[in-house]
Amino acid sequence: MNLEQIAFLILAVAAIASAILMITRRNPVTSALFLVFNFFIIAVLYLFLRAQFIAVIQITVYAGAIMVLFLFVIMLLNLGDDKLLKWKLNSAKTISALLGIAFLVEISYFVMHFTSTAGMSPNAESMGTVESIGKVLYLGYLFPFEVTSILLLAAMVGAIFLAKKKFE
Amino acid sequence: MIPLAYYIGLSAVLFTIGVVGVLTLRNAIVIFMSVELMLNSVNLSLIAFSAYSGNPAGQILVFFVIAVAAAESAVGLAIIIALFRNKLTVNIDEVNILKW
Repeated sequence: MNLEQIAFLILAVAAIASAILMITRRNPVTSALFLVFNFFIIAVLYLFLRAQFIAVIQITVYAGAIMVLFLFVIMLLNLGDDKLLKWKLNSAKTISALLGIAFLVEISYFVMHFTSTAGMSPNAESMGTVESIGKVLYLGYLFPFEVTSILLLAAMVGAIFLAKKKFE
Repeated sequence: MIPLAYYIGLSAVLFTIGVVGVLTLRNAIVIFMSVELMLNSVNLSLIAFSAYSGNPAGQILVFFVIAVAAAESAVGLAIIIALFRNKLTVNIDEVNILKW
């Protein structure tokens, strides 16, 4: 096992641990901070895969913008300790945990049978730079890119409308 | 060299943790965070496939997924705020007015 694989394993364990801590903490602010940590680890894994541009986007958009939005909403609602969040059905938690385990078994069955030994593609080295992403994005995917701007405008208008006033 | 299966396995485990979070949690905001975790795990596998097959389309798809996730979380959090104004709770067990 070489150095790169050891580094990958440490990062993978940290990512899984922070994800589990995220869904088990009672305080939503703690959950959000563990999720930010998880996003940073995934950004490092993108650097392992030579996707520099996506790694930077991950940190600025996900860990920066989206998680700050989450933290703002948590603090705006002032939830505090979630005594209000008791379960009505105790059996529901057991059933959903069992469903999760069944899903993991199902998905790991396919991963176990995934036997590709191919290494990273030789042109992956130059693929993730801003220059090459920009060329592919603006030459091949210009129309979806423009449609995304309309989607973001619609989301902005929708968010302001929904959060502005009480429903009648 | 890291085999591709490692990335797919990590992505599968993170996706499963997200699914368990959506199924077991009651707080609507933390459920949203679990959905973000699932989106991230799929992004990781897309980037891994893109790097190992040498096709940049996977990275473009991740770019669009991130843009759509930003829009989705803005609208979703606005819905949660509207919900909290009307029902004074974010517990999804108490939000059942659309149920039969």
